[in-house]
Amino acid sequence: MTKPDRTRTRQDRAGGSRGRDRAPKSYTRLTQPLVRDRRDGPLRPATWDEALARAADGFRRTRADHGPDAFAMLSCARATNEMNYVAQKFTRVVMGTNNVDSCNRTCHAPSVAGLSAAFGSGGGTSSYAEVEDTDLIVMWGSNARFAHPIFFQHVLKGIRAGARMYAVDPRRTSTAEWAESWLGPNVGTDIALAHAVGREIIHAGLHNTLFVERATSGFAEYAALVEPWTLTLAEKVTGVPAAAIRDLAHAYATAERAQLCWTLGITEHHNGTDNVRALINLALLTGHVGRYGAGVQPLRGQNNVQGGGDMGAIPNRLPGFQDILDDGHRHKFERAWDTVIQPRYGMTLTDMFEAMESGGLRAVYCIGENPAQSEADSEQAARRLAALDHLVVQDIFLTKTAEMADVVLPATAAWAETDGTTTNSERRVQRVRAALTPPGAAREDIDIICEVAARLGHDWKFADAQAVWDELRSLSPDHFGMTYDRLDEHHGLQWPCPDLDRLPSTFLHGRLWEADPALRGPRAPFGLVHDDPPVDLTDESFPLRLTTGRRLDSYNTGVQSGSFASPLRRGEYVELCPEDAARYGVVAGEEVRVSSRRGAVVAPVWVDPGLRPGLAFMTMHFPDEVDTNQLTIEANCPIAGTAEFKASAIRIEKLAAVGGEHL
Amino acid sequence: MTAIPLQPPRRLVEFTLDGEPVRVPEGGTVLDACRAAGKDVPTLCEGDTLKPKNACRVCVVEVEGARTLAPACSRRAEPGMEVRTDTERTRHSRRLVLELLASSVDLSTTPRAAAWLKEYEAKPDRFGPDAARLNEEPRVDNELYVRDYDKCILCYKCVDACGEQWQNSFAISVVGRGFDARIAVEHDAPLTDSACVYCGNCVEVCPTGALSFKSEFDMRAAGTWDEAAQTETTTVCAYCGVGCNLTLHVQDNEIVKVTSPHDSPVTHGNLCIKGRFGYQHVQNRD
Repeated sequence: MTKPDRTRTRQDRAGGSRGRDRAPKSYTRLTQPLVRDRRDGPLRPATWDEALARAADGFRRTRADHGPDAFAMLSCARATNEMNYVAQKFTRVVMGTNNVDSCNRTCHAPSVAGLSAAFGSGGGTSSYAEVEDTDLIVMWGSNARFAHPIFFQHVLKGIRAGARMYAVDPRRTSTAEWAESWLGPNVGTDIALAHAVGREIIHAGLHNTLFVERATSGFAEYAALVEPWTLTLAEKVTGVPAAAIRDLAHAYATAERAQLCWTLGITEHHNGTDNVRALINLALLTGHVGRYGAGVQPLRGQNNVQGGGDMGAIPNRLPGFQDILDDGHRHKFERAWDTVIQPRYGMTLTDMFEAMESGGLRAVYCIGENPAQSEADSEQAARRLAALDHLVVQDIFLTKTAEMADVVLPATAAWAETDGTTTNSERRVQRVRAALTPPGAAREDIDIICEVAARLGHDWKFADAQAVWDELRSLSPDHFGMTYDRLDEHHGLQWPCPDLDRLPSTFLHGRLWEADPALRGPRAPFGLVHDDPPVDLTDESFPLRLTTGRRLDSYNTGVQSGSFASPLRRGEYVELCPEDAARYGVVAGEEVRVSSRRGAVVAPVWVDPGLRPGLAFMTMHFPDEVDTNQLTIEANCPIAGTAEFKASAIRIEKLAAVGGEHL
Repeated sequence: MTAIPLQPPRRLVEFTLDGEPVRVPEGGTVLDACRAAGKDVPTLCEGDTLKPKNACRVCVVEVEGARTLAPACSRRAEPGMEVRTDTERTRHSRRLVLELLASSVDLSTTPRAAAWLKEYEAKPDRFGPDAARLNEEPRVDNELYVRDYDKCILCYKCVDACGEQWQNSFAISVVGRGFDARIAVEHDAPLTDSACVYCGNCVEVCPTGALSFKSEFDMRAAGTWDEAAQTETTTVCAYCGVGCNLTLHVQDNEIVKVTSPHDSPVTHGNLCIKGRFGYQHVQNRD
């Protein structure tokens, strides 16, 4: 069995050009602190003492004048667990608020919210190795071949061992090239499709009645909810042929073991949490969870987006997923930290940006994030950041966000210049180690945060990252068994790992299969969620559906990935199917104006036969050249706060005759 | 019933290695036993993450009762077998293989090759100074890695890593037959016109340096490559959430190449283009 994987060459032929030389903006490391003397003045170099004093003074002033909740911390999903632990401790102990969040919010917060609602824990349930031993793999809204290439190698092992893979994605991606069957739903119709799959499973009598009865709740309501979603109706709404939906339903329900994986195609919608619940419903219906090789698996987008949340750098949980509203948990931390923690949730990243607009939020400590470019509707995000009284940015580069700051603190690159740990998509905590000496006066994140804390009256002493980790272990039972020595010895360990002498299970929620109800624990509820089309409707003025994603060689806003000489890089394009290119009379390489209801950009055309009429694709990798997030809509998931990056309505217009560049 | 059998617990197989009793898990190879016993059996085409290809024959051992020598890398251990690693016959065979390879291929960047040539008293020069060499210039057609055909021993490891065993990109294959056989992309075109996705997983498994990172190639050409001065630190990739282990090879505070531990349960030694090559941003220092 050999299938060619030649997306790029095929695109080359279809696109007709090798791509133009569009060297992305290259960022240089920050080597000294910067401060701004006047609001409209320039940033100038400063000593650490001066910069730290200014950072601390601003926070102190904000807390005195407006109270602790006028402060917020944007913690970093790319930094270590240890740094995230210290950042949330700073927020809760030094500033006295729960306003701490990260860009977790812009990608997988719905996965965490959906998984927590169903199973009481916000992690993917399986390990990568299990996908090699499973019988059926569903990749839903995930182009893992490009976005998670090494996870996809485990999928390929599974396929080569005989597993069948189904790809569900509006685009026929290079992941779909490996599928038994590709289901291409219209953007934002995932719930309709999932409900139709669920209904078909129930009507065919293929649901796992024993599991449903013993381990779930709300089945009757769920069955009633999905009853209207006949294959015919689903075909009409989703655009997927009824036979293909039926085939997926039967294959999933009859597999001995099945893995259901998803990425941002599910979460980056205004109802992302509902999407996640709709998928989890299918696992509950068939009992494909809580067993080796059977599970539900979100693929996380950043090296430590799992760990940031695990460490409590989110507004509703203390480290180790311990709920802030739980008195017992809160008191444990209050005793350990000698402080008082507010018994209520803080602001999510989404709330924070709204509070900047309304004036409720006055000071922000932003560590390693670039919200001025990564947020949906980026122009609005930049305007909101500019309204703050005090913005401190701690980063390795002078990003767009750092350019707006009052104080810029040069930090180390977590993965290559610091010691610590990160946690991956299979909940595996692994050691990160310093290999390089940081440039100039750059300092480690934890040191910097502790220096600011000291200037605000909290003299913390952490000898090293391990000391931070050991404090976390003493407070988080799920991490207690993970000493640095054991992490070294076992190539990392997966949570929950409460014991020092036993290895943790590779999968979660085995309890659901226990015969004894006491061991089985709380039932997993079906999510009663409704189909809800994208907020940004297509119409005559904006007839095309724009969806976004990643390319193989690039990453997010391109600050990291722009610096190496990738032979694959071809800059930003608006990708159209051949039919649409013909319809609008545009050819590959021709620059066109792309407009949405919020903004417009100019980008060259790329022709991709993996798209279909009415569907366009762009990435956010080159915001300094083409700021795709000027087009996207800030329509947020009300539960998790994630924006609908995956569905905007746009139109394509030819530039005036002079603008066209025909290749 | 499931279509995919799960692995049952493995029993241990007992046999005799150079007169000593040894045990390896069922399914293990003679080479596994040799390594566990601390025996230095040379290998070239063998890869710890790849299925044995039996291409180079430098690891041959003598199995009692067998007519021919057996490659240790692929010969499964069987109960009661008697294996000898260091006989006149194995030494002679290894010497000949090394002489043939070293006379036709540049082994200057093959780790340990010089020591093996000495140990087995191999004399590649005996085929004369103009023994069959390719004498081609290294192919530098992209900024990430270089192909030097003078160093290729046709072990197929890169083809297997690129193909169905790991990467499944199928960018390279063996073309030609006999003396004309060589590894090439389709139509022997430049890499940049091929299906290559620049994961570098072929470079990771290449035993001779025929495939090398351009950073290493350039430093070797400039005479600045100094492995003794390098540190190797294993950390976790900073890109997506898969959590791949990276080993950063650092010389003078610059990352000069990136590999991945072959025993990592996440990567098995494989990376993507971002993890393998996307490190430059941390060292853009001025």
